[in-house]
Amino acid sequence: MKKAALGALVLMATTGLATAEVVAPGEVVMDEYGFVPAPLTDQPGDPERGRKIVGTKSLGNCVSCHQITEMSHDVPFHGEVGPMLDGLPHRYPVAMIRGILVNSKNVFDGTVMPAYYKTDGFIRPGNGYTGKAAEGAIEPLLSAQQIEDVIAYLLTLEDE
Amino acid sequence: LALGAGAAAADPEADLVVNGEIRMVTKTDAPAHLEGHLDTIRSGWTFRTSETQALQMDDFDNPGMIFVDGAQEAWDTAEGTAGKACADCHGDVAEGMMGVRAVYPKWNEAAGEVRTIEQMVNECRTDRMGADAYKYDGGDMAAMVALISSVSRGMPVDVAIDGPAQETWEKGQEIYYTRYGQLELSCANCHEENYDYYIRADHLSQGHINGFPTYRLKNAKLNTVHARFKGCVRDTRAETFKPGSPEFVALELYVASRGNGLSVEGPSVRN
Ligand code: HEC
Ligand code: HEC
Ligand code: HEC
Repeated sequence: MKKAALGALVLMATTGLATAEVVAPGEVVMDEYGFVPAPLTDQPGDPERGRKIVGTKSLGNCVSCHQITEMSHDVPFHGEVGPMLDGLPHRYPVAMIRGILVNSKNVFDGTVMPAYYKTDGFIRPGNGYTGKAAEGAIEPLLSAQQIEDVIAYLLTLEDE
Repeated sequence: LALGAGAAAADPEADLVVNGEIRMVTKTDAPAHLEGHLDTIRSGWTFRTSETQALQMDDFDNPGMIFVDGAQEAWDTAEGTAGKACADCHGDVAEGMMGVRAVYPKWNEAAGEVRTIEQMVNECRTDRMGADAYKYDGGDMAAMVALISSVSRGMPVDVAIDGPAQETWEKGQEIYYTRYGQLELSCANCHEENYDYYIRADHLSQGHINGFPTYRLKNAKLNTVHARFKGCVRDTRAETFKPGSPEFVALELYVASRGNGLSVEGPSVRN
């Protein structure tokens, strides 16, 4: 009980939201394909914030591997390691997109795409990009709310 | 590709001839041990822009050669309690060190382990000259290794992976395919599965070390092999290994062996 209350408090501090119920990384419910049907927070995702996360190096940095035409005019240098994300919502259901973000490896076996909502099972995890060993509990690459924000943004992507 | 990174990639078929005389092999059949992984190996030079490529074609344009000149002075200068210079034992660097870069890291019988050139340099400094060791990935070391490498330019990389070196080589291979850090990325994820693609603004090469030490335009200095390894491991949000550590020595032997057949290029120019 106490732990949950603390989690909510931390989230309040980082996102400024009044209250939020959050599914912890270890408690995400997924099906046999690695799809995650239920949102990770009870706050709806914000596509504007999601867009920022996708295009920002220190946040999701998704464009380091994916091209998104809609973003090409203001975010330079999109990588080519992963597929282009234009028109994504017409290809995949939202539960699949959420599953890919939580842990892409459950959906695409052996993929190079990092797992954004996972906190254990790493080999020599570091303390951010310092090259030093991680200290204490590992934070997921993105918070529950950030994942929902990214999904909200991805759902706006049309074919170009 | 329209959205890809800005600078145009150079012609991958371009020839690298240094000073109009040293003809480099920048693309060749992969060594047998890479069967099923890579068919053709390509020097990092083939992935750079034509502007960057041009800087390596003439020693007057190659900023790395300034450091080589500095190291030539160090080579001839006595240091330490024994009052000796490298030249006192090894003679003219072009003769004494010819071919050395091509076969290192190499099994060292006396030490009973695989040794890098950097380790040999420091062994000579501390045990034979009575001088201080260079910092493993520091500027003095990078320059000295660049000098030693420069006299083997154009020779094919040919490190031994069998016999007593095999165990170390296998350890290096394991490290190469291990997915480290919170991003869970191995060397192979970037340099074997995704070379020739852009990752953000970077055109991924096959990650060979035949060009080391490399002069990087990005940090305007010579960079050692282990400093590069450290940077790549750090970028996976992992705890890195230390320059000169047994892990990086093993990884260096393995990565060098992936480039067996490419020419020694160091000091090369990269971005
Ligand atoms: C290091 C590279 C890398 C990063 C960073 C990355 N991805 Fe991916 N992603 C991939 C690859 C590769 C695939 C293809 C899956 C496979 O391996 O078969 C993929 C697949 C996907 C897919 C499925 C697309 C399709 O059409 O099949 C989505 C959606 C996706 N990624 C979203 C994201 C988002 C959002 C982020 C950032 C929060 C992100 N990715 C970060 C490499 C990456
Ligand atoms: C007092 C003699 C002496 C001096 C001075 C000396 N070395 Fe050496 N060096 C040796 C000997 C002997 C070996 C062979 C050691 C072995 O194989 O285990 C060697 C081996 C090497 C090797 C490996 C070469 C190969 O063919 O495998 C390198 C590289 C090297 N020295 C660099 C240097 C440098 C650079 C300096 C000066 C900073 C230096 N040495 C100073 C005696 C010396
Ligand atoms: C997340 C992607 C990524 C991973 C993982 C990665 N590297 Fe790199 N590496 C790069 C990029 C980007 C560059 C700069 C462009 C280039 O030369 O490929 C680079 C450059 C290099 C170079 C310089 C090549 C040259 O010609 O100068 C070497 C050597 C290298 N990497 C080795 C490794 C090794 C060994 C590992 C594993 C320990 C590794 N890399 C892991 C992205 C990566």
